[in-house]
This record gives sequence, C-alpha cells and structure tokens, in this order.
Amino acid sequence: MRIVLALVAVGVLAGIAWAGGQSPAMQAFLAIVAPYVAIAVFVVGIGARVIGWARSAVPFRIPTTCGQERSLSFIRFSPLDNPSSSLGAVGRMALEVLTFRSLFRNTRAELKPGGRLVYSSDKWLWAGALLFHYSFLAVFLRHYRFFVEPVPKVIAVLQGLDGFFQVGVPVFFLTSFGLIAGLGYLLARRLVDARMRYLSLPADYFPLFLLLGIALTGIGMRHLWKVDIVRVKELAIGLVNFHPAVPQGVGPLFYVHLFLVSALLAYFPFSKLVHMAGVFLSPTRNLANNNRAVRHLNPWNPPIVGHTYAEWEEEFHDKMKAAGLPLDRE
Amino acid sequence: MHDGGKILTGLAVFLVLALLPFWHNAVGGTAAAPQPKIVTQEKECVAPRETIRSTHMELLNTWRDTVVREGTRTYMDARGKTVNMSLTNTCLSCHPNKKEFCDACHNYLAVSPYCWQCHVEKKESA
Ligand code: HEC
Ligand code: HEC
Ligand code: HEC
Ligand code: HEM
Repeated sequence: MRIVLALVAVGVLAGIAWAGGQSPAMQAFLAIVAPYVAIAVFVVGIGARVIGWARSAVPFRIPTTCGQERSLSFIRFSPLDNPSSSLGAVGRMALEVLTFRSLFRNTRAELKPGGRLVYSSDKWLWAGALLFHYSFLAVFLRHYRFFVEPVPKVIAVLQGLDGFFQVGVPVFFLTSFGLIAGLGYLLARRLVDARMRYLSLPADYFPLFLLLGIALTGIGMRHLWKVDIVRVKELAIGLVNFHPAVPQGVGPLFYVHLFLVSALLAYFPFSKLVHMAGVFLSPTRNLANNNRAVRHLNPWNPPIVGHTYAEWEEEFHDKMKAAGLPLDRE
Repeated sequence: MHDGGKILTGLAVFLVLALLPFWHNAVGGTAAAPQPKIVTQEKECVAPRETIRSTHMELLNTWRDTVVREGTRTYMDARGKTVNMSLTNTCLSCHPNKKEFCDACHNYLAVSPYCWQCHVEKKESA
C-alpha cells in the first residue's frame, strides 16, 4: 500500500507533465514557471533548514564515536574516528561525505535456527549507496553542458571518460547505467526483506521512484525516443540568463524529465533528502571530542539567582525586629 | 548561533555551487545557438528536418549496420529517392562543410563523434 501510494504520486506527476507537454500554455508552465519555482524553493528551503539546525543548542561534544578518545599519552587514540582537534573533525567529515564511512559499518542481524541471533558485516548497502551517489554526481555534472556555452573542458573530458567504451550511437554512458543499478538496488533492498518492507514508508519509496523516473526518462530521451537537445540547450541557457523561451518541437518526454526534476528540487528541503545538507551538521561527525580538555557550558542552564542572608534580612527586617529576633545589621 | 561563522560560510559555498550556471552565465556571457549552414542546392534532407535533427545519429547507425552486416548499400529516403548509405559520400556530399555544419551543433553540446577516426572528411571547398 505504501509503495503503491508513492508510485501513484510519481505517476501523477509524470502524467501531468506528459499531458501538459502537448499544450502550449502548459508547456510554458512546465518549461519556465515550474523550474524557477523549484530552484527558489530548493535554495531558500535548504537555507532555512540549515539555519534552523544552526540555531539549536550545542551543550557539549557528543562522545559516542567509534574510536578511543584522546587522553593520556600512553593510550593510543584514533585521530580520525574520535578527533580531538578541528583538523581531525574535518578529516572525519571528509571521509564520511566522500566515502560513506558510517555506512561501511553497517551490520545485519539474522535469527539462525535454534534462536541464535547472529550479527554480520553487510557491505552491500555501502557499495550500492556509493554507486548511486557517484553516478548521480557524474550525471549531474555532465548535464552542465546544457547550461553554459562554451562547455568547460572538464565536462567534455568527464563525458569522454563516461562514454569510454563507445557502446552504441549516441554512446551509452556508464553512469547512466550506474544510476539505474544503484537505484534498483536501493529499491530492491527495501522490497526483498520483510523487515525492511515493514520499516519503509511512502517517504522512502517516493524519492526512489522519482529518481528512477528521472533517470529512465533521461535514458529514454538519449537512446530510444530522441529529442532535439540543441533546443533543450537553448531553453536551459535561456533559463539561466532570465530570458527563457518555450522550445519548439521537443517531445513530451522531455517535459516529463524536467517536471520530475522540478518536483525533486521542490521536494528536497522537506524530505529525507536534506541529508545532503544535514550530514555537514551532524554533531557526532563535525565536532571534535574535547569534552575532557575544554569546559563546555550548557547554554540552557537557567541563570542562578542568588539570595544572600543580608538580602533576606533586609526583606524581613521589620517583622524580625517586631518579633525581637537578633539582626546582623544593628 | 553556535559556530555561526562556519555554517554561514558553508551556506555561501552552497549558494555558489547550487546556482553555478547562473553565475557562470552572468560572468562569462553566452554564445548564440548554432546555425548550421546548408550549402547544397538541394531542398530536402534524407529525412524531414525535425526528424533528421534529432535522429541522424540513429540513421547513421542503422546505415552502418546495414552496410557492414548485410551488404546492402541503397536506402530509400523520405523524398522517395534512393541514396547510397554512406557517411562520407552521401551526408558529406550535400553537407561538405563539416566544420560549419556538423561541428557547429556538436561543439555546442560537447558531442564528439569518434567516426572521423576512420571515416574521411571532405576537403572543405573554401
Ligand atoms: C542540428 C544540429 C546538428 C547537426 C547539424 C548535426 N548534428 Fe550530429 N548530433 C547532434 C546532437 C545534438 C547530437 C547528440 C545527440 C544526443 O546526445 O542525444 C549529435 C550526435 C551525433 C552522432 C552520435 C555521436 C555520439 O557519439 O554520441 C553522430 C555520429 C552525428 N551526430 C553525426 C553527424 C554528422 C555526420 C553530421 C553532419 C552531416 C551531424 N551529425 C550534424 C546535432 C547535430
Ligand atoms: C540530398 C542532399 C542531402 C543529403 C544526402 C543529406 N542532407 Fe542533410 N540536409 C539537406 C538539406 C537541404 C537540409 C535542410 C533541410 C530543411 O531546411 O528543411 C538538411 C538538413 C540537415 C540537418 C538539420 C540541420 C538544421 O539546421 O536543422 C541535419 C542534422 C542533417 N541534414 C544531417 C544529415 C546527415 C547526417 C546526412 C547523412 C545521413 C544528411 N544530412 C544527408 C540535404 C542533404
Ligand atoms: C574503427 C574505424 C571506424 C570507426 C571509428 C567508424 N567506422 Fe564506420 N565504417 C568503418 C568501416 C571499415 C566501414 C566499411 C566501409 C565499407 O564497406 O564501405 C564502415 C562503414 C560505415 C558506413 C557505411 C559505409 C560508408 O561508406 O559510410 C556508415 C554509414 C558508417 N560506417 C558510419 C559510422 C559512424 C556513424 C561512425 C561513428 C559513430 C563510424 N562509422 C565509426 C570503420 C569505422
Ligand atoms: C537531478 C537532476 C537530473 C538527473 C538525475 C538527470 C538524469 C538524466 C539521465 C540519467 C540521463 C541519461 C543520459 C545521461 O546519463 O546523460 C539524462 C538525459 C537528459 N537530461 Fe537529465 N537529469 C537531470 C536534470 C536535467 C535537467 C534540469 C534538464 C534540462 C535541461 C535535463 C535534460 C536532459 C536531456 C535533454 C537528456 C538527454 C541527453 C541526450 O540525449 O544526450 N536533465 N538525464
């Protein structure tokens, strides 16, 4: 049911774009209004999320890390897993962002016959996630050719490497395949295991289907139902120069691709996909563990309001005097 | 805001990267869309203009396979004429100005067909 919901949502988006791609009024919406709105929502949304996180209190450094903390000189500590300096924290962050180090520690729990619970290392998620993210990055960077003229040399080189095997005309890109394979794995992972199915929500399936839709329409446009990409580039250049014009004669498939991308951008800041920004603000990754070396004050401690005996005596001065109690000040 | 300086720097980097095409075009300016120059006296291509623009690479691929695998060299084109299925002898007979025609579009999108490693380009007639 949850998976159907997500599939239907992506289907409706694609259907709107497919139908709209055939009427001129809707084309202007799909090619111009939707991308601008999506970019604005994306940039402002991510900014707002980051500022929101930045305003939360940081009482002290979270020490739940995977290595020995730096303490006495004769105890070996792990500078990358449990860094004591900012430089170390930068190193840990870089490893996390570039190599998904914490996914590398992924384990799976299995109930063996006889009720024995066995934990084993499981590197598939790590490998699948790496494949997906790096393919996405390469596809994303290659698309830069649509947005600038002349195309930078690095992009051309990347494109050459990606099409190195020269399979087909136009050449098939390795990362197009990597993207589909990665997404396919990430989806299958949620489907084959009953426990993963139980844990998965529409919000988990939706981004997967959305990205699959984008990748499949992209590959479809390149290899099966050709569109005139010279005109696509004219649109893209128009968009980034703020004088967009609806392109003539690009098929509805392009509108589906573009509208799903717009939907992805607009959905990004409100979904689990913000982990792109969030990973940089994870307290267990970005803060050096120096709890024992530096004093961290809890920012939400209430201010301590003292009330000295002298002030107290002042307050009850008359009453005490009337009762004949001894007073300090007299 | 804790570590506000670092976070705002990060956000600034994000803004630069996320909107890079906008900055790039604002700074670099842009060239106009390519205008491939037709030099032949003929009026029509081997396929209608809209079709050939987006599918000429598939047509060439089919031609190549047909010639190399089946040995057939004649093709009935959209005008109803038969043409020799040949990259250099047919396409470039009407479009001898490869640099101003094929390459005009291809450079625009950083497409670099590897065909010319083996196939001959016509000598450009000025
Ligand atoms: C209207 C612009 C235009 C003109 C003119 C043009 N092409 Fe192309 N060509 C393209 C585009 C755009 C692509 C990339 C298509 C894609 O990636 O989907 C392409 C791709 C190709 C490819 C496949 C390249 C690859 O490896 O991906 C070949 C081969 C090709 N063109 C041959 C030619 C030849 C030969 C000529 C001249 C007779 C020519 N083209 C003229 C726009 C053009
Ligand atoms: C008989 C001469 C002739 C042959 C052969 C020929 N073309 Fe053309 N081609 C033309 C003409 C004329 C046009 C302009 C058509 C128009 O404007 O309607 C054209 C247009 C094109 C265009 C679109 C250019 C644009 O600006 O929209 C492409 C791409 C193209 N040809 C590629 C090829 C390829 C690739 C081949 C070989 C498979 C080929 N042509 C063979 C005469 C020819
Ligand atoms: C490794 C060298 C090589 C490369 C690279 C190559 N070809 Fe060919 N091609 C050949 C040979 C050899 C033949 C056979 C020639 C013949 O029998 O007339 C041929 C034949 C063809 C033919 C039919 C015959 C003719 O006269 O054109 C076409 C069309 C063709 N190739 C298109 C392409 C296209 C398009 C590309 C680029 C995507 C390409 N070729 C890349 C070697 C190559
Ligand atoms: C999240 C962003 C996007 C993703 C993941 C994506 C994905 C893809 C993929 C996987 C392909 C297959 C070919 C290849 O690998 O290059 C493709 C092709 C394509 N995409 Fe995208 N895309 C995105 C954004 C866009 C945008 C914004 C545009 C509009 C300019 C666009 C226009 C195209 C076109 C025209 C093709 C066909 C390319 C060709 O024929 O060579 N894409 N896309």
